[in-house]
Amino acid sequence: MKEGLPLFPDAASTWARDVDHLYFYLLGVSGFFALLICVLIVVFAIRYRRSKGHQAVQIPGNLPLELFWMGVPLVLALSMFAWGAKLFVEVSNPPAGATEIHVVGKQWMWKIQHRGGQREIDELHVPLGEPVRLVMISQDVIHSFFVPAFRLKRDVLPGRYSTTWFQATRPGTYHLFCAEYCGTKHSHMVGRVHVLEPAEYERWLASTPVLEGPVDAGHRLFEALRCDTCHSPTSGPRGPDLAGLYGRQVALAGGGTVLADEGYLRQSILDPHALVTEGFEPLMPSYAGQVDEDQVLQLIAYLKSLGAAPAGGSRR
Amino acid sequence: MSETGGPLAHQFADLAQQREASTLGMWTFLVTEVMFFGGLFAGYAVYRHAFPAEFMAGSRTLDVLLGSVNTVVLICSSLTVVLAVHCAQLGQTRAVNAWIVATMVLGAAFLAIKLVEYGHKWHENLVPGPGFLFEGANETPARLFFGFYFVMTGMHAVHMVVGIGLWAWVLARSMRGLVTPEHHSHVEIVGLYWHFVDIVWIFLFPLLYLLGAHE
Amino acid sequence: MTSQSPSPAPAVHARRENYLTAGYGVKSWLLTTDHKRIALLYLISITLFFMIGGFFAVLMRLELITPAGDLVKAETYNKLFTMHGVIMVFFFLIPSIPATLGNFLVPMMIGAKDLAFPRLNLLSWYLFVLGGVITLWAVISGGVDTGWTFYTPYSSVYANTHVIATALGIFIAGFSSILTGLNFIVTIHKMRAPGLRWSRLPLFIWAMYATSLVITLGTPVLAITIVLVALERLFQIGIFDPALGGDPVLFQHLFWFYSHPAVYIMVLPSMGVVSEIVAAFTRKRPFGYGFIAGSSLAIAVLGFLVWGHHMFVSGQSVYAGLVFSLLSYLVAIPSAVKVFNWTATLYKGSVSLQTPMLYALGFIGLFTIGGLTGLFLACMGLDVHVHDTYFVVAHFHYIMVGGAVMGYLGGIHYWWPKISGRLYPEFLAKLSALILFIGFNLTFFPQFVLGYLGMPRRYHAYADEFAVLNVMSTAGASILGAGYLLPLAYLLWSLKYSKAAEPNPWQATGLEWKTPSPPPKDNFEQTPVVTHESYDYLEGADVATEAQVV
Repeated sequence: MKEGLPLFPDAASTWARDVDHLYFYLLGVSGFFALLICVLIVVFAIRYRRSKGHQAVQIPGNLPLELFWMGVPLVLALSMFAWGAKLFVEVSNPPAGATEIHVVGKQWMWKIQHRGGQREIDELHVPLGEPVRLVMISQDVIHSFFVPAFRLKRDVLPGRYSTTWFQATRPGTYHLFCAEYCGTKHSHMVGRVHVLEPAEYERWLASTPVLEGPVDAGHRLFEALRCDTCHSPTSGPRGPDLAGLYGRQVALAGGGTVLADEGYLRQSILDPHALVTEGFEPLMPSYAGQVDEDQVLQLIAYLKSLGAAPAGGSRR
Repeated sequence: MSETGGPLAHQFADLAQQREASTLGMWTFLVTEVMFFGGLFAGYAVYRHAFPAEFMAGSRTLDVLLGSVNTVVLICSSLTVVLAVHCAQLGQTRAVNAWIVATMVLGAAFLAIKLVEYGHKWHENLVPGPGFLFEGANETPARLFFGFYFVMTGMHAVHMVVGIGLWAWVLARSMRGLVTPEHHSHVEIVGLYWHFVDIVWIFLFPLLYLLGAHE
Repeated sequence: MTSQSPSPAPAVHARRENYLTAGYGVKSWLLTTDHKRIALLYLISITLFFMIGGFFAVLMRLELITPAGDLVKAETYNKLFTMHGVIMVFFFLIPSIPATLGNFLVPMMIGAKDLAFPRLNLLSWYLFVLGGVITLWAVISGGVDTGWTFYTPYSSVYANTHVIATALGIFIAGFSSILTGLNFIVTIHKMRAPGLRWSRLPLFIWAMYATSLVITLGTPVLAITIVLVALERLFQIGIFDPALGGDPVLFQHLFWFYSHPAVYIMVLPSMGVVSEIVAAFTRKRPFGYGFIAGSSLAIAVLGFLVWGHHMFVSGQSVYAGLVFSLLSYLVAIPSAVKVFNWTATLYKGSVSLQTPMLYALGFIGLFTIGGLTGLFLACMGLDVHVHDTYFVVAHFHYIMVGGAVMGYLGGIHYWWPKISGRLYPEFLAKLSALILFIGFNLTFFPQFVLGYLGMPRRYHAYADEFAVLNVMSTAGASILGAGYLLPLAYLLWSLKYSKAAEPNPWQATGLEWKTPSPPPKDNFEQTPVVTHESYDYLEGADVATEAQVV
C-alpha cells in the first residue's frame, strides 16, 4: 500500500509503457485546448465586460476561421485514432510461443490453470520477461479481466473464448480486478498477479502440487467420453482423426474453410453440427451439459498436444 | 394524433396546416415503428446468419398455407382501407363505414388464423420455454428461431389489435357524421398506420415461412 | 424549482390574464393541454426524480468514504448505483430540458399558440408519470441490481431483482419521450410563424429539432431491446443467453445503439440553451450561426454511428472497433466547433456575467473537459485500460452533470422570469452557480485520477490506495449537494416574495421575450410576423439598456 496521493499506477508490462506514452500525448493535447478555452473565456469576459460607452461589435462569422478550427482538431483526432488503433492491433495479436494460461471466470472468482496443471484461485503467477497468452471464458455472466499495472483489460464472456496477452517487465504483486459488473460480489472478484523472476517462477511451478495436467486430464476425458471410438487414425468415415488438427485450416462440408482454433474446437464439442468437416456426416452428438468449461479447456489442451507430437504419438 | 378531424383546433392557423401536421405526425410515428421492428430484424439477421440450417428446419414446420391465406387477407384489408379513404374523399359516409367494418373483419380474421397457428405450435411443443422440444436439428438454435417467430409475429399481432381499435374509433366518428370531404384526415392517418402494419407482415412472411421452402 | 400553485399575478400585470391565472384548481392543471402548464407539470415531476436520484448518489458517496464496504451491504450498494442511473438517465436527464424548457419555449419561440398535438403532449406527461410510478414501485419493493445498462446474461438470467418492472417503467417512459420528440418535429416543421424561415430559427430550436430526431430514431430500438430482455426472463427464448445459443454481446450492440445517442439527447438541448444565453449576455448574434445549427444536426447523425466504442474490449472484431473508433473521433469535431464558436462570440461582445451567463460559461468549461476526455475513451489502445473504470464515470458526469445539468439550470434561470413572472435574488443565484461549479469539479475531477489508477466502477469495496481520492470526491459531493438545494430554495421563495419581471428583463431578442411575463394562455395577443434574422442585436442598441445594467 502506498502513502500519500497516488497519481499513476505501477507500470509492469511492455504494453503499459506504450499506453502511458499515448496517455501523455492525449493529456498534452487536451490540456492545451482546455486551457486555451478557459483563458480565452476569462480574457474576453474581462476585456469586453459590459460597461457604459462600450458596444458589442456584430461579427456574423468567418469561414476560414471555421475551417481552421475544424481542420486542426480533425488532424489531431486522426493522429490519436491512428496511434490508439496501432497499439490495439498489437495487443490483439499475441506473439508465437507465448506461455498459455487458462482463465475461467465465475461468480465471483477467477480460476486459473497453468499448462503444467498448476491451479490457482484469484492468484496468478507469471514469469518476468516472457509473453503470456490468456485463454479466458466465463461459466456464467460477463466478467472482465483487468490488471491496471499491465494496462490490460479484456471481457470474459460466457460461451466464447476471449484471448489477450502481456509481457511483464517488473517483478512484484499487482491487482487483478473484475471490471464488468457481474452481480452481488462484483467488488470481491479481485485477486493478485505475481510477477516472478524466471528462476523463481520455475521454483514456484515445481513447488505447486499438481494433481493432473490439463493434457492428461483431457486425455482421460477423451477416453472416458469415448471420443476415440470415432476420432482415431483408424476410425475411417465415422469421424476425422484429430492429430495435428489445431491451427490447421479445415475444409467444411458446406464449402469454405475454418481455422481450427480454440473457439472452433469448443464449438465442435458443444455444437458439432454447426461446422461439419468435409467428407463426414453430422453424426456426432453434442457434449453440451456433459462437460463444464474447465473440462472443455482440458480437452482442447489435449487436442493441441496431438498437434505438437507426430500423429498418434502421444496416444497409447 | 387525436387532434386530427373535426373543426379547426385552436393551435392551428388553418385546416391545411392542421391536415399537414397530422399527416407528418403519423409519418414520424411510422419512422419510430420502422426502428422498433428494425431492431428485431437486425437480431433475426444475426442469428439466421449464425444458424442457417436450424432456421430453415424451424421454418419448415410453419404452415405455409395458413401463412399465405393470412397474407392474402392482409392485402385485401389494405385494399378495403384504400377504398375507405377514397369514399371519405367523396363524402360517401355509408360506404366509408362499410369499408372500415370490412377492414376490421379482415383484421380479426388474420388474428384468428394466427391464433390457430399459435395453438398448433403449442401442441407441437414448439413454444420456447421449459416444454420446448424440437427433433431434427440442433435444439438450441432452433429454439432461437421459434423465439423470433413468436416475438416478431406477436409484436405484429399487437399492432394489428391496436389498428382494429383505431378503426373502431374512426368508425365511431364517422357514424357521428364527423367524416366529410374536408375533414377526413383521421381516416387517412389510420390508413397509413394500417398499410405500415401490412408491410411489416410482407417482410415477416418470407423471412419466417418461406425460408425453409427453397431447399 | 417548482411552482405548482398559481401565485397571484404580479400587481403590475394584474389587469392581464396569463397562463397561470387562466384557470384554478387541480383539474385545470391535470387536464390542461397548455404546453406551458404541461412544462410545469414536468418541472415538478423531474425535480422530484432528481431528488430521489440524488439521494441514492449521496448514499453511494458516503459508502465510498472508506475502502471497506461498511455502510451498506453489497446488494444494497448495487441497487443504489443501478437506481441512481435508471432514475437520473430515464426520469431526469432525458426529459430534463426537452420536456420542461422545450415544452414551454418551442411554440413560443416559433410564434405558435401551442404544440401541434396538445392532447398528445398531456398524454406524454401521464405516460412519464406512469413509467415513473412503476419504476418507483420496483425501487420500493426491493429494487433492481443490474446496473442501468442491464447487461445480459446477468439481467436476463442471473439477477433475481425487479428487472421486468423496471424495464416496463423505462419502456413506458420511452413512449413518453417518443411522443414529445414527435410533437416537436411536427411543430417545428408546420407551425412556424409567418416569415420564420429555417435560417431564422433560434439555435435552441435547432438543438431541440436535432434532439427530437435522435429521440424518435433511437428510443424505439431501446424499447424492443428491453422487451426482448423481459421476454427472455419470462420465456427463456435465448436471444441473449449463451447457454441457449444466444449472444450476450448482441444486447450491448442494441443497447448502445440507443444509449450512446441518448447522451446527445441529454446534452444537445443544453447546447441550445447555452447558445441562447451567450447571445443574450454578449448582445451579439452568435459567431457562426450556421455552423452551430449545422453541428447540432451533425452530432445527431454521427451520434448514431459510434455506439461500438463502448465495446472495444467486449469481444467485437478488431475491424469493427477500428471503424467505431474513427467515427467517434469524427463526432468530436462538431462538438469542438460549438465550443470555438461560443468562445468567439464573446470576442468584442458586451459581456455581462449575470447568473445564466455564469452557468453557460461553466457549461462551456466543463463540457470541454468532458468532451476532451471522451477522446481518451475513443482511443482504442487507451480504452483498454480506462474502460469501465472511474475514468468513464468522471467523463460522463462531466458531460451529463457538468454539461447537461449546468445548461438546464442556466436555462431555468434565464427563462425563470418568463415562466414565473418573477425575478430571482441575483446574489444568491450567482453564489449557487459558483458553489455548483466548485463542488462539481471537486467531486468528479479526482475520479479521472482514480480511473487511470485502475479503480473499476460499480465497486462497493475497493483497494486502500484509492481511499484518499475517494474521500476528496465525497467531500466535493457534499458541496455539490448544497449547491443544488440553494436554487430550489430561492426559486420557490421568489415565487411569492420576489420582484415582478418585465416582459424582457435581459433585453434579449427572440419571440418569447416579445410577450408578457408570464405569457397569456395562447402565448401571443396576435400571431407574430417575423421580418428579421434571429439575434438582431443592433450596433448601438446598448445605449438603451445602460440604465438596466448598472
